[in-house]
Amino acid sequence: MIVRELELDLDAFEGPFDLLLTLVLKDELAPADVDVAEIVVAFVERLAARSPLDLDACGEFLVLVAALLELKVRELFPDEIDDLELGPDEAAEELAARLEEYRRIKEAALRLAERLDGERDRFFRIGPAPLQPRPERQLARQDAADLAAALRSLAAEPPSLSLAHLELRFPPVSQFLARFRAILQRRRTFDFDTEVRGLSRVEQAVAFLALLELARGREVALAQSAPFAPIRVSQAHVERRPAWNVRSA
Amino acid sequence: MERPLRLITANPLDRLARTLEALLVVASAPLTVDDLATAADDDAERVETALGLLAERFREGRSGIVLEFVAGGWAFRASREAADACGRLFERPVERGISQAAMETLAVVAYLGPCSRPEIARIRGVAADSVVAGLLERGLIAEAGREATGAVRYRTTPLFERVFGLESLSELPRLEDLGETEDIRARLEAVAAQRPA
Repeated sequence: MIVRELELDLDAFEGPFDLLLTLVLKDELAPADVDVAEIVVAFVERLAARSPLDLDACGEFLVLVAALLELKVRELFPDEIDDLELGPDEAAEELAARLEEYRRIKEAALRLAERLDGERDRFFRIGPAPLQPRPERQLARQDAADLAAALRSLAAEPPSLSLAHLELRFPPVSQFLARFRAILQRRRTFDFDTEVRGLSRVEQAVAFLALLELARGREVALAQSAPFAPIRVSQAHVERRPAWNVRSA
Repeated sequence: MERPLRLITANPLDRLARTLEALLVVASAPLTVDDLATAADDDAERVETALGLLAERFREGRSGIVLEFVAGGWAFRASREAADACGRLFERPVERGISQAAMETLAVVAYLGPCSRPEIARIRGVAADSVVAGLLERGLIAEAGREATGAVRYRTTPLFERVFGLESLSELPRLEDLGETEDIRARLEAVAAQRPA
């Protein structure tokens, strides 16, 4: 792959890479307008389409794109660049110094590793006294058939759980309707609390629903002297009749 | 009849030596002469003399315990002939599996420390975050203040010196004496010469 001929399609430019560089160098195209990331993407895409990896092309591309980046940086940050400016000799000197430093550190690391190897038999106390390793638990000898039986019992389907104790048994509301109507046929009034005494909470609740049902149908009149006082239930017409009689009289 | 090891005598220095022995047994890090003198409530010169006695008594080959000067202080360690047995009792997690990257980072911190992660990364050319975290966890390096930029700086710990058997960091060879670096410059100059003007 020839990097210089890499076809680019950028916002600011369309054509081969070397033409772009030429235009930038001739100041006919501002480097600040060039999207370097897009160039890199174009190159990487082209590179990915080929195998094996073209190392020469990579090297050439790196040099060219670095040059382009440098031009762009110079244009974008002219002030900062002056401070950072290094001549070729200074740059080479800095690079050499850095490489030397790293080589020394690598050598130092090697010596440290050798030293550590030489001190392998150095044991000392760090923090609390080392604990003796816990002995492994030894199981007694087991009969294979017993183990298989134990395993089989684990694999068996567990019995399904009974939820019977959670079930709520609701007596039908109609049962209490019939019962209350029967009472009112015999007596004019009765005490709700007395009637439901001894029943379960659920049954009492259903009985109360039945009472409300009767009140809704105006079959009964309800009276309660105070909150939580006993509820007095009476035949609706019985309750009304004296009122009419007294007032109309 | 075989004579038992005579430690209990009327000599007052011997008495101080026994106290120092006790202090060194309970300590889990090396103790300086000052530490020992303060704890023993005695003067430093006598402590040094007593340490001399103890060092002779607990020298390699004479006892299962060896008294040594390491990491800037005095500490007991196991004798080398007992190393195999000690190794069966417990392993040394601090140095288990120290990678090449960790060793280089350790070298940077030991020689150039206190230094920050960006500094380590600059020298090694790769990010140092996970390696530094690993060394911190092993207790071989520790935080040592911050740079003006706010980056945390690191230094090696006494444990590092102890693990590597160093009396102090100054026992390490000088960085200037390490690595042949002449050829790097020669190669760079050769490359520069080839470059078209």
